[in-house]
Amino acid sequence: MSDEHKVKVENLTKYFGDLHVLDDVSFDIRKGEFLCVVGPTGCGKTTFLNLLTRIYMPTKGELYIDGEPADPKKHNLSVVFQEPSAMPWLTVEQNLRFGMEIKKLPKDEINRRVENMIKLLGLEDFRDRYPHQLSVSTAQRIIIGRAFAMQPDLLLMDEPYGQMDIKLRFYLEDEVIRLWKEMGTTVVFITHNIEEAVYLAERVLILTNKPATIREEVKVDLPRPRKVSDPEFIKIRNHITEQIKWW
Amino acid sequence: MDKKKQVILSLRNISQSYVIQNEVKPAVEDVSLDVYDNEFLVVLGPGHCGKTVLMNIIAGIEKPIEGKIFLKGEEILGSDPRIGMVFQSLNLMPWRTVMENVEFGLELAGMGKKKRRAIAQKYIDLVKLSGFENSYPHELSGGMKQRVGIARAYTNNPEILIMDEPFGALDAQTRYAMEEEVLRIWKEEKRTVIFVTNNIEEAVFLADRVILLSNFPAKVKQVYDLSPLVRPRDLMDPEFLRFRTEISDNTDLAL
Repeated sequence: MSDEHKVKVENLTKYFGDLHVLDDVSFDIRKGEFLCVVGPTGCGKTTFLNLLTRIYMPTKGELYIDGEPADPKKHNLSVVFQEPSAMPWLTVEQNLRFGMEIKKLPKDEINRRVENMIKLLGLEDFRDRYPHQLSVSTAQRIIIGRAFAMQPDLLLMDEPYGQMDIKLRFYLEDEVIRLWKEMGTTVVFITHNIEEAVYLAERVLILTNKPATIREEVKVDLPRPRKVSDPEFIKIRNHITEQIKWW
Repeated sequence: MDKKKQVILSLRNISQSYVIQNEVKPAVEDVSLDVYDNEFLVVLGPGHCGKTVLMNIIAGIEKPIEGKIFLKGEEILGSDPRIGMVFQSLNLMPWRTVMENVEFGLELAGMGKKKRRAIAQKYIDLVKLSGFENSYPHELSGGMKQRVGIARAYTNNPEILIMDEPFGALDAQTRYAMEEEVLRIWKEEKRTVIFVTNNIEEAVFLADRVILLSNFPAKVKQVYDLSPLVRPRDLMDPEFLRFRTEISDNTDLAL
C-alpha cells in the first residue's frame, strides 16, 4: 500500500438555497485505500456522494484526483447505487462490457477484463442471462463487477447491501474485499450500518449532523477476515456508535 | 416468561404451493407451531423463503392447500378480526390524514365518530405521533409512517398482531430506533406479536422466541428460546453475539 494520495478533498461545502448541507469537509484518500463513511440518518451522506461523483458541483471547495480537479471526462469515477442498476436489455456479459465500450477501450483489453471479472465472480454460467433472470443478489454482484472492471480512479459505493439479510451481506462484503485486494482499487463506501463499516474499512470517516462535517477519523487496523465478535472489533463499533447515536 | 404459557394460536401441518410455469412449486411445507399468549415471536427466514405466504395464511388472506389453524382452540377459516396486520408496504391511504388512516377500521365497523376518534387518539399517543393527527402520509418520514401502521393495527384491538417485515425499507439507524419503540409499545399494550424479518440481529434483539425457517419452501428449521437474554438487550454483548452467530450459522444462504 502506498502513501501516495489519490484523492484530495478540500473545503467541500454545499448549499441548496439556504439549506446548508455540507460544511468545509477536507480529507485525503490514499491510492488503493478502502474508506467507509458513516453518519446519522439525514446528515447529508447522499449529497456528499453526489459531490464526489460530480453529479452536483460544490458551492465551495474542490475535489482533486492525482492532483487535478476531478473531471468525469478524464477520470474514471464509478458508482454502485443502492438500487439494482443493471441495464435490463443487456446480458450479464454485455453489462460488464458497457462502461469500457463507452470509454472506447481497445477490444482486447475489454475482453481480457471481462473474462477476468467473470472468473473472479464465478459467473461463467450466467454470462448470457438477462438481469431479470437473476436473483437480486446476483444482479448486484454484476453491478459491483462492472464497477471494478472499469479500474476506476475512485469507486463509490452507496449502501449497496442496504436491504439484504446478514448472511448474504457477509458473503457479498467478503466478495468486495476480495475484488478490492485483487484490483487495488480506491474505494469510498457509504453506509448506515456501523458493523459493516468496521468490517470493511481501513479507515472510517464519521460525519456529524447537518450541515455535515467530519467529526472524527477512525483507523481500523484489524487483521482480515475480521470477526464481529472480536473484542477489539466491538470496541471500535461501540465507539463509532456513540459518536453518531441519535436513536 | 415465568407465567404458565398458554397457547393462543396453533398451526397444524400448513402447506401451500403454487403452479409456476406448469410446475407445482411448494412454498410452505408442513409447518406446525404454537404461539403463546402475549409472547413476542419472531419468524426468521432468508429473503423470499415463503415467510409472507405463511403470514398471509394466518391472516386469512390466502387459503392453504393443507393444514388447519386454531385460535384459542377453535378452528378459523379465512380472516378473523382478532388477528391484525402491519404490512411492510404499509398501505396507508394517501388522501387520508394520520387520524383518518388510524380510525379507518373502526369506521368500517360502523363505530360512531366520537368513540372511534377517542380510541384512535389513544394509539396515536402511544406511538408518539401526537400533533401529527392532521398530517398526510407524504408529510411523514419512513419511521413515522411505520408508527401510523402500528397505531392503525392496534386501534382494531386485535389479540394477535402480525408485523410482516415492517422495518425492511428503513435505514439501519432508524431501524434500531423503531425496534426499541416496538418493544416499548408491546410492553405498554401487551399483545401477542408475530414479527417477521430476514434480519438476524433484529430477531435476536426483539424475540422471546425465534422460529427459523428454511429457504423456499418454508419449513420450520429450528426454534430458539431467547429468554436467557435480559431486556434491554445490548447488540454488542457477547451472549447476544453468540446467539446471533449460532442462528446465522444455521441459516440458509439465499443467493
